[in-house]
Amino acid sequence: MPLALSDVPTDKAEDQEYLWTLNFGPQHPATHTTLRLILTLDGEKVVDAVPHIGYLHSGFEKLGEHLDFNQYVTIVDRMNYLSPLANEIAWHHTIEKLLGLELTPRCKYLRTILAELMRMHDHLLNVGTSALDLGAFTAFLYFFQQREYIYDIVEYASGQRFHTSYTRVGGVLFDVNLDWVNMVRKFIREFKPVHAEVNGLLTRNRIFMDRTRGIGVLSEEDAINMSATGPVARASGVVKDLRKDEPYLSYADFDFKVICSKGGDCYARYLVRMQEMLESVKIIEQAIENIPAGPVNLDVTSDAVLPAKPSVYRSIEGLIQHFEVLMPNRGYDVPLEEVYAAIEGPNGELGFYVVGNGTPRSYRCRTRPPSFIHFSLFPHIIRGHQLSDVVAVLGSINIIAAELDR
Amino acid sequence: MSTDETIAKLHQRFGTDLVDSTFRDNRRVIAPADRVHDVLKLLRNERQFDFLVDITAIDYLEYPDAIDRFGVVYLVSSTKHAERLIVKTFVNLPEPELPTATDLWKGANWMEREVYDMYGIRFVGHPDLRRILMPDEFVSYPLRKDYPLKGMGERHNFPVITRAES
Repeated sequence: MPLALSDVPTDKAEDQEYLWTLNFGPQHPATHTTLRLILTLDGEKVVDAVPHIGYLHSGFEKLGEHLDFNQYVTIVDRMNYLSPLANEIAWHHTIEKLLGLELTPRCKYLRTILAELMRMHDHLLNVGTSALDLGAFTAFLYFFQQREYIYDIVEYASGQRFHTSYTRVGGVLFDVNLDWVNMVRKFIREFKPVHAEVNGLLTRNRIFMDRTRGIGVLSEEDAINMSATGPVARASGVVKDLRKDEPYLSYADFDFKVICSKGGDCYARYLVRMQEMLESVKIIEQAIENIPAGPVNLDVTSDAVLPAKPSVYRSIEGLIQHFEVLMPNRGYDVPLEEVYAAIEGPNGELGFYVVGNGTPRSYRCRTRPPSFIHFSLFPHIIRGHQLSDVVAVLGSINIIAAELDR
Repeated sequence: MSTDETIAKLHQRFGTDLVDSTFRDNRRVIAPADRVHDVLKLLRNERQFDFLVDITAIDYLEYPDAIDRFGVVYLVSSTKHAERLIVKTFVNLPEPELPTATDLWKGANWMEREVYDMYGIRFVGHPDLRRILMPDEFVSYPLRKDYPLKGMGERHNFPVITRAES
């Protein structure tokens, strides 16, 4: 894409001619994905930054208007690909609210466990790579090994490592078994010592602290005014967590803390993410031992649920239900209504605004992407810092370009 | 404070201009386009709705029984008390325009830019209203319902940069 005229700072005063412009990205190892910053520098000091996004824009929201509720789950996977299941859970959470379905207790527990695993998944990568960008390679490798175990867990449940497409309207694709439960137990048992080790490597590390403390400070007032959510807002002292404020799934059953910090800098964001992983472990420990028995999907008589494949092949009722859901002129009983529902995603409030028009396709499906909103505050928090701090700040607000551009 | 009180307060101030409705746990008010900024200002300044969750738009071209062309939706909530409210308004062609909300919440900046980019709704008073996701030379508004899924051939007309020029 050629440099657009509107991005080049034109109103440069005569006495500011010593300022120079640096193009950061779109291909740069530290952006991790495709995004571009046009930095105005005074020596090595960042005077201004203009984000230029849209390199990965692929029209997800337009596609969502042409795919039905179960098909679009394969697209929402690809938004925040560090925690694909969290997107799926948010999407079907909204659809179930639109259709007025109440999940089974087992499904709620299962989705809660998966959502927390995804939060760890996202934080592991974020802490790992932001440390990597600052030169700490070991922590990155330790955490990536743990991510592999989470991949194994979701692969065992869904058959896919990465883009799982696991949730369905009214349930999930497959139920889990005792082997899976044991895998999760083993993972959380083995995760804690690794977390402690990385904690020892980074938290009091002199170089890491010098590179992150006091860098990219976001005040509480600005965090609220600029719509920050999730770990970014909580690191600035905003006590806001949808898991506590408006409990969804089965979060009301568990005992956990909302992690906040007063610092508002990159170091505070790192600390919040590290502690949140331990809180996620706590939630998983409570949930995995108490998964309720019973069916994981809603009863097929609710007319919105795809029946299990064996019942489609072996019984006439299952076959009828299968066609009832999939035939273009049948399908869901969708009200002519609009609904907004959100979950506390790993990055912040991840919500969907869905408009139903009576067909099994959404008339409009707006995503509220946390990355998009966090990136808009990037110029605000980078001003006055050094060029090398750009990397630290970018890492700490966890920008995922696929979600940024959708 | 509860959402009921907030809505009652809004009715008291704006009278019959305002329509409120409820679906599941979503509370909504529909305000006319020329009053929507006043509604948001009241929520922000008097009812502690200090947090703008999202701004989005809907094109009602093919919607059953729709009268207006575009709906613009403001999702607001509060960090002081966990209340949520949806403020909705309608705008029409040929000049869909709304006053900006960036004077109330700085976070509205990019959200309004995205709505402008996707639907062509102009936000009057916005400090930097230009395309955000689509390239600057793009002329259509891709999320409008009269824009086809496959595009209108823009891809073939994009300028190609050769290595010598770059």
